[in-house]
Amino acid sequence: MLKKLHSQKKTQLVLGLVMGICFGFLLQKGGVAKYDVIMGQLLLKDFTVVKIMLSAIVVGMVGIYLMKAIGMVELHPKSGSIGMTVVGGLIFGIGFALLGYCPGTISAAVGQGNLDALFGGLTGILIGSGIFAHFYPRLEKFLKVGWFGEITIPEYLKVNHWVVIIPVCLLIIFLLYTIESIGL
Amino acid sequence: MEFFTLKIWSPYLVGAGIGVLSWFTFLLSNKPIGCSTAFARTSGMLEQLITGKSVTKKAYYKKFPAVIDWEWMFVAGIIIGAFLSAILSGDFSLRLVPSLWMARFSLSFLPRFFVALSGGIILGIGARWAGGCTSGHGISGTMQLAISSWLAVILFFISGVLTAQFIYYGLGG
Repeated sequence: MLKKLHSQKKTQLVLGLVMGICFGFLLQKGGVAKYDVIMGQLLLKDFTVVKIMLSAIVVGMVGIYLMKAIGMVELHPKSGSIGMTVVGGLIFGIGFALLGYCPGTISAAVGQGNLDALFGGLTGILIGSGIFAHFYPRLEKFLKVGWFGEITIPEYLKVNHWVVIIPVCLLIIFLLYTIESIGL
Repeated sequence: MEFFTLKIWSPYLVGAGIGVLSWFTFLLSNKPIGCSTAFARTSGMLEQLITGKSVTKKAYYKKFPAVIDWEWMFVAGIIIGAFLSAILSGDFSLRLVPSLWMARFSLSFLPRFFVALSGGIILGIGARWAGGCTSGHGISGTMQLAISSWLAVILFFISGVLTAQFIYYGLGG
């Protein structure tokens, strides 16, 4: 691992900015900075969002697990619980459909000039995050209900990760192929 | 160079590009791609600015200090990157209301503003509640095969699809 590079704080801030520029460029070129495309996905009429996400997962997953095998990277899976992931996921979805952007794509929407994203959505996300931070001490107990932690699918199944990666990749490719062949 | 002035790229190319980008975020920065935590930090910074009181005592900001970090710079970069892409292709323009919204509700800016604001508030709460958003859970978490992330992203979309159907088809008119 490039531990020395990881510990250089200023270099990391620059790297964050540069990689963010790449991400924003890709999101805008993919069309997913647009409300119409994101809502098209949630209305099941335009599958651009799913196509981008699934192909990112396949390419990213294979590369990251290969680099992990030679000790170049370490994983950072997020922890979860029923109280946290299920309830939070459902709340997120409601906001996602009302807003028509998510935290990443709204930043790209601001960059391409969407004023509803800048004045409405961005302000809203900041307020929402602040509300959550305020009530966090009272929610802490609930968020731990049904705790399962940072576990990954291969760890849960107690199998080598390639036993999961290969079928997941094949399943995703099959899904994308199906989406294309029914003309979505 | 012509390639960079295109308005739209293939979703598979963009997806693969994001996948490759995440190799580099892990390799060079030891970080998964993520966005929503940066909003929580900004919210804390603004709270400090407005109330003049430090938020360092709040339990949540002990976990996620209200400071500029890698992810904060990453989100700032997204705005710049999308701006560059849109300028290069001539796709940049100041738009008040998205066209799909206009076609369905044909309303002026204010109603869209209030729905976007309330949607943003709910989204902000949800992202913090679930511990991530469509990028942190939806892309980075899923590619690491985290159970929390697969569960989260499936619920984001189930709930999002149902809500979208209700807004666009369930409400009369």
